[in-house]
Amino acid sequence: MLISLMRLETTRYGYILLLVCDVMMQISLVTSSCKFALKNLKKWMQPKKVPAGVLTFPSTARVTPEPLGIVLVVSAWNYPFLLAVDPVIGAIAAGNAVVLKPSEIAPATSSLLADLLPRYVDSSCIKVVEGGIAETTALLEQKWDKIFYTGNSKVGRIVMSFAAKHLTPVVLELGGKCPVVVDSNVDLHVAAKRIAAGKWGCNSGQACISPDYVITTKSFAPKLLDSLKKVLDEFYGKDPLRSEDLSRIVNSNHFNRLKALMDEEMVSDKIVFGGQSDEQQLKIAPTLFLDAPLDSAIMKEEIFGPLLPIITVDKIHESFALINSMTKPLAAYLFSKDSKLKRQFERNVSAGGVIFNDTGIHLTNQNLPFGGVGESGMGAYHGTFSFDAFTHRKAVLDRSFLGEAKARYPPYTRGKLKILKGVLKGNPLAMVQAALGCTGWA
Amino acid sequence: MSTGAMAGAGAEAGGELGETVRELREAYGGGRTRSLAWRQAQLRGLLRLLKEKEAEAFQALHKDLGKHHAEAYRDEVGVLIKSANGALQQLGKWMAPDRVWVPLIAWPATAQVVPEPVGVVLIFSCWNFPLGLSLEPLIGAIAAGNAVALKPSELSPCTARFLADNIGNYMDASAVKVVNGGPEVGEQLMEHRWDKVLFTGSPRIARSVMAAAARHLTPVALELGGKCPCIFDAAAASARDLQVSANRIIAGKWSPCAGQACIAIDYVLVEERFAPVLIKVLKSTLKRFFQDADHMARIVNQRHFERLSSLLKDRAVAPSILHGGSMDAKNLYIEPTILLNPPLDSAIMTEEIFGPLLPIITVKKIEDSIAFVKAMPKPLAIYAFTRDAALRRRVVEETSSGSVTFNDAVVQYAIDGLPFGGVGQSGFGQYHGRHSFEMFSHKKAVMKRGYLLELTLRYPPWDESKVTLMRYLYRFNYFAFVLAFLGLRR
Repeated sequence: MLISLMRLETTRYGYILLLVCDVMMQISLVTSSCKFALKNLKKWMQPKKVPAGVLTFPSTARVTPEPLGIVLVVSAWNYPFLLAVDPVIGAIAAGNAVVLKPSEIAPATSSLLADLLPRYVDSSCIKVVEGGIAETTALLEQKWDKIFYTGNSKVGRIVMSFAAKHLTPVVLELGGKCPVVVDSNVDLHVAAKRIAAGKWGCNSGQACISPDYVITTKSFAPKLLDSLKKVLDEFYGKDPLRSEDLSRIVNSNHFNRLKALMDEEMVSDKIVFGGQSDEQQLKIAPTLFLDAPLDSAIMKEEIFGPLLPIITVDKIHESFALINSMTKPLAAYLFSKDSKLKRQFERNVSAGGVIFNDTGIHLTNQNLPFGGVGESGMGAYHGTFSFDAFTHRKAVLDRSFLGEAKARYPPYTRGKLKILKGVLKGNPLAMVQAALGCTGWA
Repeated sequence: MSTGAMAGAGAEAGGELGETVRELREAYGGGRTRSLAWRQAQLRGLLRLLKEKEAEAFQALHKDLGKHHAEAYRDEVGVLIKSANGALQQLGKWMAPDRVWVPLIAWPATAQVVPEPVGVVLIFSCWNFPLGLSLEPLIGAIAAGNAVALKPSELSPCTARFLADNIGNYMDASAVKVVNGGPEVGEQLMEHRWDKVLFTGSPRIARSVMAAAARHLTPVALELGGKCPCIFDAAAASARDLQVSANRIIAGKWSPCAGQACIAIDYVLVEERFAPVLIKVLKSTLKRFFQDADHMARIVNQRHFERLSSLLKDRAVAPSILHGGSMDAKNLYIEPTILLNPPLDSAIMTEEIFGPLLPIITVKKIEDSIAFVKAMPKPLAIYAFTRDAALRRRVVEETSSGSVTFNDAVVQYAIDGLPFGGVGQSGFGQYHGRHSFEMFSHKKAVMKRGYLLELTLRYPPWDESKVTLMRYLYRFNYFAFVLAFLGLRR
């Protein structure tokens, strides 16, 4: 199944709304995910011996992975190929049958998957179901052994409440406002490039781990702004709306949503760069805001677009309280060379993942669990974690008929209780007595 | 004084609950629950509690369930002491970050998985092992550095009160709280957002807990039950094997809380020809073990007593009673009862029994038990007594359950290395030992990069050559990448 999935990558690709680079990135990530699974599959499938301990001596204990059964994967529109296929890889690796429901908001990829996938994998065990809200609801009403959902927290709640009816465990990969804290002790140009790459280089900010907003000190903000503007000019030129390297907004709903964020009265005068938009092309230029009010919509909701608010604080440590006053994000970023600050950030900021001096790259490391916490989701995947997400770890204990500890059976006597106490405390004499079937005195 | 205790079994007003939750959030937010010292202090406090208040604990369990103190020690107090000691020993290791490999392309970089507490957690425990099912998860939640609210079951009120009266005196009362009350208190608690909820109990209530949790995107773990089958293969059994098996079947059925246990043996499957010999040895062993009715727990309350007696009174079932069957409504005592082949569509064979009634179902060949078990919802545990390695392999590979234990029953509960939890209808989420720590932790991915190496190909403006370079990179084809980079390959 996994080898077939990889061959899918080399087939001629249909029209997709994203850039070649994005597409290639998605395909490459899926390919490397598949290869990683193929390489490690035998190891993952092996039972793991665990110490049985003395209480049940003689005995052996192991944990044996088994598939959960039939799982449902519901994916998102922003990285429609990657977010659909990557979880499916985990489900297959773990030995499950899968139904994939790609997002209808990326219809070209959805039909591509529906068309191509069955030709490369066992279509009686791996199926693609296309459709919108009605079809998704109908799917959610069925009983699944696991549901894996990538999307927003509003629908995440709906998915979990459907799952509750059948006691189905879920993985929810949601989003949040991923903050970027920029300290003054940085290599500014590199930092600005990496922030820009993570924001506008990733689907125009329409990514769950895109930097959502920046926090920096009042004194450093002007330098940061300058650097960002320079970088944006390098990346997209003087007329970003004409740049082919700038992704467009997925549809007019989201375009209008983003415009409303920008046009809100208390925010529109905080624009310090950009602000242009083209409704025809569904493009919005990279736009920077300085100190948008914290109660504005752009600071309360996940932006998911090319708008970057920069919030200033007096001291950099104040950023922690600001971040913690919001719900836990999928990723939190800090640009700094200061080890103490980094340590404090790691300890005090809770997020799905934390990256120092870069953005978004943890996505590509198969050894790191990728998932949220709190509002940004539950469960994780990638690499071994994908296999684990779709696996039941079954405990198996093999006891011998030897080692009959009469002390455990009624009728209970003081002597037996003494032995029991000794055994549970790890007292060697008691254990010997138990193993020999003694019942102690009285 | 114990400010952490919400004394009394009465329901709490919404305002008080809100205050409780707020205090827990404050305690957690202040940061002290995260230190190793705090966690160790709580665990040590718990150990002191179990030692100093052992007599009171036994009394509470006896009042609630008629448990003999040996059973209380064996199944609850002793196991808790073992777990708390284990956690104390292993805590440093569990808290340590895990370094993971970083692909060369990200150099210089380091990556780790760092466990952190989820925050403020809620534990619902059950009435049958009211001490164990409250404190075992508590050990995990504390070890992981969380603030905890514990809601014991109101159906075991003496133990609930014992916990409320004592926890605050031995542990940090503003970070570890006991909340007592009936189902309405449970509902009110679920109106708040928690960072994790562990629920042990029935599937019906589990559904409403999970539905309530969904509103806040609170992750849950559900420890439910099921009909745990025991496959008894007498084919190669010697007389000694038979006796040992009978001992252990009884230890797995009647000894833990008179069968009112999620991992108790629910029913036995045996080949027709061996049923008589099994029944004979069970009867004689039962007589020996339970000469004194005091050595088996009683039924928890009137409602469950009536539920169990109606299982037996079912006209289609009554004729299959082979042993026992007598009931004492006043003392809520039901004698260990064995049935032979009650109808498979009767309630006793379709519902989880949770009591001292053992149906024995005969099959033609012992291998048929596998299909029988597969046709039922996945249970918390499957037991098989057999010396046949091929049968053992088939049981593991062809059935699904929380756990499988060969040649014994229930003991898997005490093994720290084995994850304890269900699958399918028996629940999801696992704990015990290190798994308890992980159940209440968030594994945070942390990646540190340096400024040294800048790969400009990741930045726009993009062109074909950058795409080509990216292709090589993602496949970790460093050689080709370097060549292309140097312009020696297209």
